[in-house]
Amino acid sequence: MKKLLMGNEAMAHGAVEAGVRVVTGYPGTPSSEIFSTLANMAKDYGFHAEWSVNEKVALEVAAGAAYAGARAMVTMKQVGLNVAGDPLMTLAYIGVKGGLVLVVADDPGPHSSQNEQDTRKFAQFAKLPVLDPSTPQEAKDMLKDAFELSEKLGLPVILRPTTRTCHVCQDVTLGEERELQQGDGFEKSPGWVIFPSLAIKRHAWLNKQQETAREIFEQSPFNKLINGTGASGIVTTGVAYNYVMEALDLMGLEIPVLKLGTPYPMPSNLVLGFLDKVDRVLVIEEQEPVVEDQIIKLIWQHKRPLILRGKHGQLVPREGELNVDKVMNILGEFLKIDRQKEAVGELPPLPVRPPVLCSGCPHRASFYAFKQAAGRDAIFTGDIGCYTLGNMAPLNAVDTCLCMGASITIGSGLQIVEQDRKVVAFLGDSTFFHTGIPGLINAVHNGANQTVVVLDNRTTGMTGHQSHPGLERNAIGEPVEPLDIAKLAEACGVKHVRVIDPLEHQRAVAAAKEALDYEGVSLVVMRRECVALTKGKNMPMKLNKEKCLDCGICIEELGCPAISRGTEGPVIGAACTGCNLCGQICPAGAICEGGVAK
Amino acid sequence: MLKPLDILLVGVGGQGTILATRVLAEAAGASGYDIKVSEIKGMAQRGGSVVTQVRLGERVYSPIISRGGADVILAFEKMEAMRWLPFLKADGDIIINNQSIAPVPVLTGAAVYPADCLEKVRGAVPSTVVVDALDIAIKCGNPKAANVVLMGILAKKLPIEKETWLSALRARVPQKFIDVNLQAFEEGYLLG
Repeated sequence: MKKLLMGNEAMAHGAVEAGVRVVTGYPGTPSSEIFSTLANMAKDYGFHAEWSVNEKVALEVAAGAAYAGARAMVTMKQVGLNVAGDPLMTLAYIGVKGGLVLVVADDPGPHSSQNEQDTRKFAQFAKLPVLDPSTPQEAKDMLKDAFELSEKLGLPVILRPTTRTCHVCQDVTLGEERELQQGDGFEKSPGWVIFPSLAIKRHAWLNKQQETAREIFEQSPFNKLINGTGASGIVTTGVAYNYVMEALDLMGLEIPVLKLGTPYPMPSNLVLGFLDKVDRVLVIEEQEPVVEDQIIKLIWQHKRPLILRGKHGQLVPREGELNVDKVMNILGEFLKIDRQKEAVGELPPLPVRPPVLCSGCPHRASFYAFKQAAGRDAIFTGDIGCYTLGNMAPLNAVDTCLCMGASITIGSGLQIVEQDRKVVAFLGDSTFFHTGIPGLINAVHNGANQTVVVLDNRTTGMTGHQSHPGLERNAIGEPVEPLDIAKLAEACGVKHVRVIDPLEHQRAVAAAKEALDYEGVSLVVMRRECVALTKGKNMPMKLNKEKCLDCGICIEELGCPAISRGTEGPVIGAACTGCNLCGQICPAGAICEGGVAK
Repeated sequence: MLKPLDILLVGVGGQGTILATRVLAEAAGASGYDIKVSEIKGMAQRGGSVVTQVRLGERVYSPIISRGGADVILAFEKMEAMRWLPFLKADGDIIINNQSIAPVPVLTGAAVYPADCLEKVRGAVPSTVVVDALDIAIKCGNPKAANVVLMGILAKKLPIEKETWLSALRARVPQKFIDVNLQAFEEGYLLG
């Protein structure tokens, strides 16, 4: 059966076809919909699906299930693998019994990430096999295959799609669904307990498995030779394969291409066989030269007199995404073809349209309250989520952003040195559970003097409204006991904890002042549901033109996308959700609530 | 043989480009095309400039469209039409929703919204189609259906049967909004 599916949905179907028993993950673009799709199927199929609090936890839960022989899968984005790096590196030594697949989505560009790290490189570092899909269909097929491979090798296997597989839709052929692969249970053995004495034995085993994996990959259906003529050839991987094939079509070229779906361990005999047919080879892959470096090694080991071009001579870029145009230019250079460069129209200079906090977003109110209370000199450390957008003018309320959970800890470091400045850390509710809590405990234990603001919008907003431990429902919609962030903060030793609705502006400013004046660690939970979940309940605000002074405060201070400057004062647009933040800061009382929507 | 078609849908996060894209892909798939659709999600969806790329043909490799490669641009907003114009083929079609959404730098006075978007685009592409999709959608009963009005106009330009479009709409639009969307599509189709 064929179905139009997004790559992430296709991979979810691949997991069901493999009979996955346990699925865990933490949301992150571009990976999130793999898990969301599975969460919607979990009850019907009877497998376990959980959003775990972070990627380390998610991998460990999945590993535990695989220790018992079940098929398990964990999903995350590329930077999530850093959080899961600790269990991953040793899990490679311990190995698994049931198939364990990590789906780690890379984001070259980057479109929605803080870096462009290459998961294939991480796989190589951890000495784990990695599969690199070029299309949604292939991603689904690889996922199924990855479970078999994992069980054959006794190792976790990584599937590494990129944004242009995750968020690309195509017709996908679905296969037979397997019954849940439950396994035959956990058997006690010294092999599950890592000691230095075991580590050295397992390290030797793991090194040997590299060779076994390579041998399996020599026969993999995901590696393909496309015949051609001439003494120049191309080796390509993943999504780049599509750009290569289209570029060759457009240029009317028929040169041999080796497409690799298994970048590590690279099937060296297959590659060597290909290299022996050509004098010159071009390696086209996105991100790091993972395949290229292995080919360089191969050429050196086997003393082949080949010319190799790729990233090392800066012919193929290491940064950003590739596309057909870039690949045509690379091919032109490699094959010394004079290409008529078409006069490309420059993009007209237009006002930029960056993403913004939504109209009615409670984070805007929280930032504004703290800006009112703390003044310009204060340092606002930020975190990963929608609220990173608080960085933009006119709010300018995020001075740092590094990685998940770093708002509190970077703030702790800053306040040691910047003793005369107020330091305020902003992080979201899901981020607080993810990696915020250790930083909070650390701040209390080490006598920090800082304020922490938990922007509690009752969801994981940026990635599409996933559940987290502070909510009454879990990933598959079952009722659960919510964890109370304020009580957790108290239990972590914070003495000054307040819970405030940021849309009650005066109270929010007062709470901010009180928290900033407190000596030691203070914490304010700014609690108000994400406007994307509540909009439509209130009518837009109304402007009383007679009262309006046209002072511009509502426009210039808030940066709300629903208020614009008209010819006669501000104009409140249809995007207004009636949050009444502007009404509360208007010095003339000219903006009134429009009431509850009918 | 099916003629390859590359279509760009451009607009502002929240305007419903993704639903429109799914309807288009569904209809194209039912008409026998190989399809690749590329969407960008995450941070850009929060009111930023968004683009969705739809590629149709006998065999489609790349999921993304090159500059100067689009047969059709369907612009949900005027300034975005201008921003993405360099992606249109020399003989391509552009359909523009006559709506302007000011980005925050314009709202706060840090930048000026260009007054001559439509003139500029028309100057480059004389066949430009401009439509008040929002007004039409409001008349149909829901401003959110502006995306489907635009789909209706696009539908008339593509070699896909009308009945196939209607089935695709029924497959992708939630039941309680289907009537208003069918009407919005019909209004667009009449204009196309």
